[in-house]
Amino acid sequence: MIIDALKNGIVIDHITAGKGMEIYNLLKLDEIETQVAIIKNAQSRKMGKKDIIKIEGVCDINLAILGYVDPGSSVNIIREGKLSEKFHPELPEKLEGILKCKNPRCITSVEQELKHIFKLTDKESRTYRCLYCESKYK
Amino acid sequence: MRSLIDILDLTTEEIDGLIETAADIAANPAKYAEVCKGKKLATLFFEPSTRTRLSFEAAMYELGGNVLGFSEPGGSSTAKGESVSDTVRTVSCYADIIAMRHPKEGAPLVASMKASVPIINAGDGGHNHPTQTLTDLFTIMNEKGRFDNLTVGLCGDLKFGRTVHSLIGALSRYANVHFVLISPNELMLPEYMKSEVLEKKGLSYEETTDLEAVMPKLDILYMTRVQRERFFNEADYIRLKDSYILTTKKLENAKQDLTIMHPLPRVNEISVEVDDDPRACYFKQVLNGKYIRMALIMKLLGLKAEV
Ligand SMILES: [Zn+2]
Repeated sequence: MIIDALKNGIVIDHITAGKGMEIYNLLKLDEIETQVAIIKNAQSRKMGKKDIIKIEGVCDINLAILGYVDPGSSVNIIREGKLSEKFHPELPEKLEGILKCKNPRCITSVEQELKHIFKLTDKESRTYRCLYCESKYK
Repeated sequence: MRSLIDILDLTTEEIDGLIETAADIAANPAKYAEVCKGKKLATLFFEPSTRTRLSFEAAMYELGGNVLGFSEPGGSSTAKGESVSDTVRTVSCYADIIAMRHPKEGAPLVASMKASVPIINAGDGGHNHPTQTLTDLFTIMNEKGRFDNLTVGLCGDLKFGRTVHSLIGALSRYANVHFVLISPNELMLPEYMKSEVLEKKGLSYEETTDLEAVMPKLDILYMTRVQRERFFNEADYIRLKDSYILTTKKLENAKQDLTIMHPLPRVNEISVEVDDDPRACYFKQVLNGKYIRMALIMKLLGLKAEV
């Protein structure tokens, strides 16, 4: 399978095999007008299998969620056919509308319209706590 | 515009400032009698707590302000199904400041994100109750004159007792505070409080089930209620409850300047004979609670007494 080399865009590489679709959904790539390719089960010397996502023509997607879902992935920003930036995603400080608070005593349990927001309270242990009730996400 | 949702929203300097104001109010009440003239406090109690509500209302009246609000009977958690956000947006049109109690954790934070006036968290479920903690801190300062170099005994239900958790959080910011955690094994301080607060901040603490054994070293003894429903069976409750009831006998080896505190209401965890002991400070705490709430209302409204 040949996927055109990108002129401008983002390549998310080293995605844990099987997580490509989940990341596609979380990044809301279905809302993008330009070409997007998901490559499943690509061969990887390091990982055996991996997924890759290529996004054509867009460079400014909010990728914060990546650091939470798949911290081992890597992001390549391509500009004018050249690799202009490469980085590993960091754990986001805040996750909005992604995790759900399960504490039955939390205000989010009775007010459906409230956006579930979690904040990173400890980087080392990757601990996220509900903004409202401060219970830990497990 | 600021709100008070969690005691840690306040810096230690701000707490010092509130305590200074509260002490001045206690000494010169007349000076503050009209500070809040023309201002209204709304007390929105989505669950009943007569004590806390009375304290806020008395505080506002003594500042020369007015009070309006509601208190829902137990059980029904929302005023006619309206969201917290809508309620506080509406009430913001009538009041200059809101004290809110809610059975759900985080509700006052939601309110503070939507209201156009300051919100004071008057208790959100088992989560935060910052004005209780301010009351405790003011009492400690009055009795001890300092927050550092103290040995603080916390006794009773340390597992579910939010006042204890908040007080530990607040005192963890001062130097050389040693905590003595006294409880039955069933009601010990939760693991996350130890790993994420005490150990993370390098605070010294010890755990024991024996109140009398540690009594001589305590500067402060903070008693809480051991509730029957927290135990798996009646036999355990009967066996353990007397160990955590404070009596004059248990105080025999205590320091002469011990400060005995309790967030009230008490059931039987402090025997009434202790009330006459000059070291008993729990009724003073009630009065302190009114003064510190007065100071807080003034601060959040940006008001000062004219000199
Ligand atoms: Zn929550």
